[in-house]
Amino acid sequence: MGATEVDVLKGVDLKIESGEFVSIMGPSGSGKSTLMNLIGCLDRPTGGSYVLSGTRVDEMDEEALAKVRNRNIGFVFQTFNLLPRESATENVELPLLYSGVREPRALAVEALKEVGLGHRLDHRPNELSGGERQRVAIARAIVLRPPIILGDEPTGNLDSRTGAEIMAILKDLNAKGTTLVIVTHDQAIAAHSERVITIKDGVITSRVD
Amino acid sequence: MLFWQVIKVAWRGILANKLRTSLTMLGIIIGVAAIIAMLSLGEGAKKQVMESISRFGTNQLKVRPGAARLGHVRTGSVENLTMDDAEAIEKEVPGIRSISPSAGSMGQVKYANRNATSLITGTTPLFMEINNFPVAEGRFFDETDIKLMKRVAAIGTTVKKDLFEDGPAIGEEIKIEGQTFTVIGIMSTKGQTSWFDPDDQVFIPVSTYMRRLYNQDFLNDINIQVENYEDIPDVKKGIERVLRARHRIPEGVESDFSIRDFSEMIATMQKTSQTFSILLSGIAAVSLLVGGIGVMNIMLVSVTERTREIGIRMAVGARRRDILRQFLIEALVITVSGGLIGIALGVGLGASISFFGDWETVITPSSIALGFFFSVLIGLIFGIYPARKASLLDPIEALRYE
Repeated sequence: MGATEVDVLKGVDLKIESGEFVSIMGPSGSGKSTLMNLIGCLDRPTGGSYVLSGTRVDEMDEEALAKVRNRNIGFVFQTFNLLPRESATENVELPLLYSGVREPRALAVEALKEVGLGHRLDHRPNELSGGERQRVAIARAIVLRPPIILGDEPTGNLDSRTGAEIMAILKDLNAKGTTLVIVTHDQAIAAHSERVITIKDGVITSRVD
Repeated sequence: MLFWQVIKVAWRGILANKLRTSLTMLGIIIGVAAIIAMLSLGEGAKKQVMESISRFGTNQLKVRPGAARLGHVRTGSVENLTMDDAEAIEKEVPGIRSISPSAGSMGQVKYANRNATSLITGTTPLFMEINNFPVAEGRFFDETDIKLMKRVAAIGTTVKKDLFEDGPAIGEEIKIEGQTFTVIGIMSTKGQTSWFDPDDQVFIPVSTYMRRLYNQDFLNDINIQVENYEDIPDVKKGIERVLRARHRIPEGVESDFSIRDFSEMIATMQKTSQTFSILLSGIAAVSLLVGGIGVMNIMLVSVTERTREIGIRMAVGARRRDILRQFLIEALVITVSGGLIGIALGVGLGASISFFGDWETVITPSSIALGFFFSVLIGLIFGIYPARKASLLDPIEALRYE
């Protein structure tokens, strides 16, 4: 995993090192979601460049982008974004299906045990608490062992105690070498990170290194 | 994504909305069932025609009095076909192997205290050969019987059963229209056609019929067997020429007789089954079209409902073609399941048509293959647009969709 350099929005220049834990803060409409989508390869920049592990992402076609999302990035959303009809295991299997793994179940179960959900394998999202749902989402994000985890307000829908548990899991992943980028409103969450980037009107206004 | 995994996901999507999906399938089910039933009727009609041909022989012509009318309306009272006409045809028209004039009417037949009303047919020995209708027991009358106007009769198996049940019939005396006849033969069983039972007939020499029984000069028909099937058109022309001259019919006036052959009967049968087939293929086409539109509609609803799911799948690495394939296969699973149910229904429909109706139906593997093919085709045609729409969604928009 090499350096990650992003040149986005209004001439913003950002570089995230491998293994870092970075928080991005900013008010609504500041452009932090766009930044997030660009980092997550859900969107491509209209100008400038984005280099991920030494590869120009802005020049990739959609098929290659899908592969990057599948292999290199794990998403954790505020609203969990689990498939409601599928069990916890099947939700975690999802990235494996698109990477062509033949026996996805064993890997999915392993990831769920890692986030402490070994006893909830066959439960559907509506049978799980908010914290458990977010654990399923984290298991789904890490099942293919991507080098980057992107959290979009990962604790935004959780009470503070559960939020702290989720943050502990994410920090643990970061400690094991995964690059962690989190978008948040919450100062307390941002305080966990090594570096806080504040963005306003598409411009990075402060860096706390 | 592996193929069986795609199928599994598609099945899950379908099972989540059982009622909606089964209602959507209905059009496909009816359409495919109509295709199967239509083809089984067509095949059945073809088989029936072939059987009729082998039963009656293809080289047969029938001359009847009265002009040919549409819809088989034949006036029975026309009295213009005579024994002399039959002899003239035999002498003057080439290509005829054998000819047998016959006259017939319904009459009462009695034995002891039993009686029956059957068709009394006066004819000649060649009748058996021309109609492929031999005696099974005893003998038919011969030229001597005709010359001597003997009161002898060969009876059909239905008549035999009505008058004698299982008892012996040959040598017994029966009364036909009050006159005493000796039974000399029992015909083989021909089998009932839908409009007429040829076994409910009593055959007597044509001379006896005309002179002794009814005292009439006219015939009801002249049965002719031609040498070659290909000569039928020429022989028909020849008969027409001879009879028109004998009956003094001026140029441009309709003949006062008609000549029927099997090609006509086959054409009639084929036309009837064809009418039915056109009706059924109309039903099939309309219900497949409506069914297909229903599938497209339901798939569009499904794509909208599952916009977020599509966004999630794309975020975790689904390519556009993975999404396209998922929704296309879901549409195919609907139409193919509908198609399989439709095939089963069509086979059942065919079986009940031949069970309750007079139609014979034959299910061929090719008709089942065609039904299956159409259900796949409809799935592809009407599934591609919704699937494409799903695959072209913007992942960011899709993830935000509520």
